[in-house]
Amino acid sequence: MTELAIQACGITVRFGDVEVLSKIDVDIARGSIHGLIGENGAGKSTLGKVLGGYYRASAGSLSVFGKPAGRWDPPKALARGVAIMHQELQLVPHLTVAQNVFMGIEKHRWGVLRRNEASRLQDLMDASGLHLNAQTLAVDLPIADQQKVEILRALAREAQVIVMDEPTSSLSKDEIDQLHKIMGLLRDEGRTIVYVTHFLDHVLEVCDQVTVLRDGNLVMTEAIADQTKQSLVGAMLGGDRTETYYPAKSENPDADIVLSVRNLVGVDVNVMALDIMAGEIVGLIGLVGSGRSEIARAIVGADKVTGVITLNGKTIVPSIRNATEAGMVMVPEDRRKQGLVMELPVSANVTLPHLRRYSRISVISARQECDATAKHIQKFSVRPDTINGDVSRYSGGNQQKVLLAKWLEGDPQVVILDEPTRGVDVGARETIHAAIAELAANGIAILLISSEIDEVLGLAHRAHLVDGGKIVQEIDPNTVVESEVLAALFQHQSLKGAAQ
Amino acid sequence: MTRAKLFRFFQTYAVLILVAVLILVLTSLSDSFLTTRNLLNILNQNAPLAIMASAMTLVIIAGGFDLSVAAIFAMGSVSAAWIGLNVDPYLGLFLAPFIGLAFGLVNGIVITQLNVHSFLATIATSLIFKGIAVVISDGRLISVRDDAFTWLGRGRFLGIFNSIWMMVIFALVLTFLLTRTTFGRRVFAVGGNEEASILSGIRSDRIKIATFALAGFAAGLASIITTSRVALGQASAGQGLELQAIAAVILGGTSIYGGQGAVWRSLAGVFLLALINNGFNILNADPFFRDLTTGLVILAAIGVSAIGQRGR
Repeated sequence: MTELAIQACGITVRFGDVEVLSKIDVDIARGSIHGLIGENGAGKSTLGKVLGGYYRASAGSLSVFGKPAGRWDPPKALARGVAIMHQELQLVPHLTVAQNVFMGIEKHRWGVLRRNEASRLQDLMDASGLHLNAQTLAVDLPIADQQKVEILRALAREAQVIVMDEPTSSLSKDEIDQLHKIMGLLRDEGRTIVYVTHFLDHVLEVCDQVTVLRDGNLVMTEAIADQTKQSLVGAMLGGDRTETYYPAKSENPDADIVLSVRNLVGVDVNVMALDIMAGEIVGLIGLVGSGRSEIARAIVGADKVTGVITLNGKTIVPSIRNATEAGMVMVPEDRRKQGLVMELPVSANVTLPHLRRYSRISVISARQECDATAKHIQKFSVRPDTINGDVSRYSGGNQQKVLLAKWLEGDPQVVILDEPTRGVDVGARETIHAAIAELAANGIAILLISSEIDEVLGLAHRAHLVDGGKIVQEIDPNTVVESEVLAALFQHQSLKGAAQ
Repeated sequence: MTRAKLFRFFQTYAVLILVAVLILVLTSLSDSFLTTRNLLNILNQNAPLAIMASAMTLVIIAGGFDLSVAAIFAMGSVSAAWIGLNVDPYLGLFLAPFIGLAFGLVNGIVITQLNVHSFLATIATSLIFKGIAVVISDGRLISVRDDAFTWLGRGRFLGIFNSIWMMVIFALVLTFLLTRTTFGRRVFAVGGNEEASILSGIRSDRIKIATFALAGFAAGLASIITTSRVALGQASAGQGLELQAIAAVILGGTSIYGGQGAVWRSLAGVFLLALINNGFNILNADPFFRDLTTGLVILAAIGVSAIGQRGR
């Protein structure tokens, strides 16, 4: 029997009436990497925060290295060797790396700071193998390095257990590999890592144990050696579904060209030609920073560009208003920043771009607005299904549904979807995929942008690879596989690198 | 849940509850409080501030801030009196709000076209506007002793001061604009999430300019009430009104970060401040404590709303 770092018994967490965690028992072994997985809203982040002291359990008990935790809050957790790394990193932007690492535990004499922080940081970096320039400001660091600062900060406090909440969500592939290597090193020193993530590949790659949660309930805790991707998906979803299904593609349409783009040139965008037919889903695949979102923004006129955009044979001058009026809409990638107005209820969000249709001499008709919203809530099965619901409290998947409703409300002919399922759980994802396929079946032209290659391959009739704001290659989603696409993307990037 | 609901209710209506409590306390402490005369006087005295705070609500909901309304008020006062004296009294009263509107437009255009924060821009424009008022009035008082000029501020309609009618009608119109029209919806959207609004085809610059123009118009409207009442136009009129208006808006519970709020809240904020003032007068309390009390009340109101925000 190995020594336990943390033993959780019957942990229950309620927010108001809602029980987000219900009687969770988990043992986390010392010196292991322990994965916490589940769909969005399954409670994995909540459990991580309970361990770090950020949320207090409504019932249940924790014991840390064999001793009961007692009243558990972040300072106390730190004092007992449990540190948490939040998904949104908590660094002070205009302080240096050294100042951030030693924040709150600065060496001082009667309140006057001592100057030997540099050597102290150097010792810490040598011991951990994490190297950064001590004098760089946090704001100038890439996110991967900011995470290293957070890890150093935990190590400076001699943390034995580090809870990492979705640490890879904004990292590149290389950076993720690097982080995993660091996690391995920390484990080998005998530290314990709780790894909250929704990437199953990561869990399979680095974890020793995995705990699966579903709807706030514990499904299982197992050694990773016995698990496969299928078994984990099955455990997360319940029932016997083991793969994400894509709706059947409609026949390759042989219809008129609805959207035609020629010589579109702007900052970071250079598209010679792009056509989409009625009922066709065309995918754009590119790495982060390849300009795929910029192309979308350029087509709908959100950014300044030159070029010829023709919709149903009519040329339109690029501007958001002209695009919307001509029947072309873009569902933006960041629903919090670009999509929804969190202060407004569902109905106001849905009708925001179409107010003219719901008003007479500028006065909004509440009844028409409610009817339209109710229709969409039903169609997308938005939960909760109240018309005046507070979108800021909705789950990511339901916010995404509201966002889709907002843009489909105008009965557009061309829909540009930028990352339609980012940060969305599997159930909502399938609803959204079905809605996309249905739109195409109804003759709407769709441009689909996604960083998840299999999503594009699963849904699109045709797809283009994008790099540097240009279309570099056309592929047939029905015949290629994900690894080929990825290889092609990296090849284009290295070709470009060689040319420079 | 019921406790959470109760707290939410308290938080939503905190300012109204405070007003009600103050009314009860003042009524029990003094016979001269709950009289038609005293109440009408409170309303009459605070009508100009209430008008300005109503329009300031829209500016703040749209994510802006207007520190120049007091200067526009001074400008309105001077121009109403100058035109009233040299051209025609009615014309002076009629034009001043539109002069305010024009100055508000300037604010909005400067802020959106130079892309500077409204806080900084309106500090600068307020000095400019005030400077213009000083130049026009030549630094002197402009006295207009003419019934054709003073009727507005001193007269009554159906037994109620004209100023009160103007305040009520203006607040109702703004409430309608804000809650029932596409313009109002866009004001909330721009203040709540400007990027999303732009991507929704809203010309956010125009919405912001419109809110500043309304604030300018309101300052002009408020200035003719006061100027007509005292029959004097002066460049020093309205000093400090901008901060009182902003304090009333925030006291009412409109979010300083934009995207949330209501006109009635600001009116309640204005009258909460007015009642504290009135209480000191009718109770003959030591006026040295007036600022202290007002400050504590504002702090308490902000505290309640901050606790509520944390609960979200």
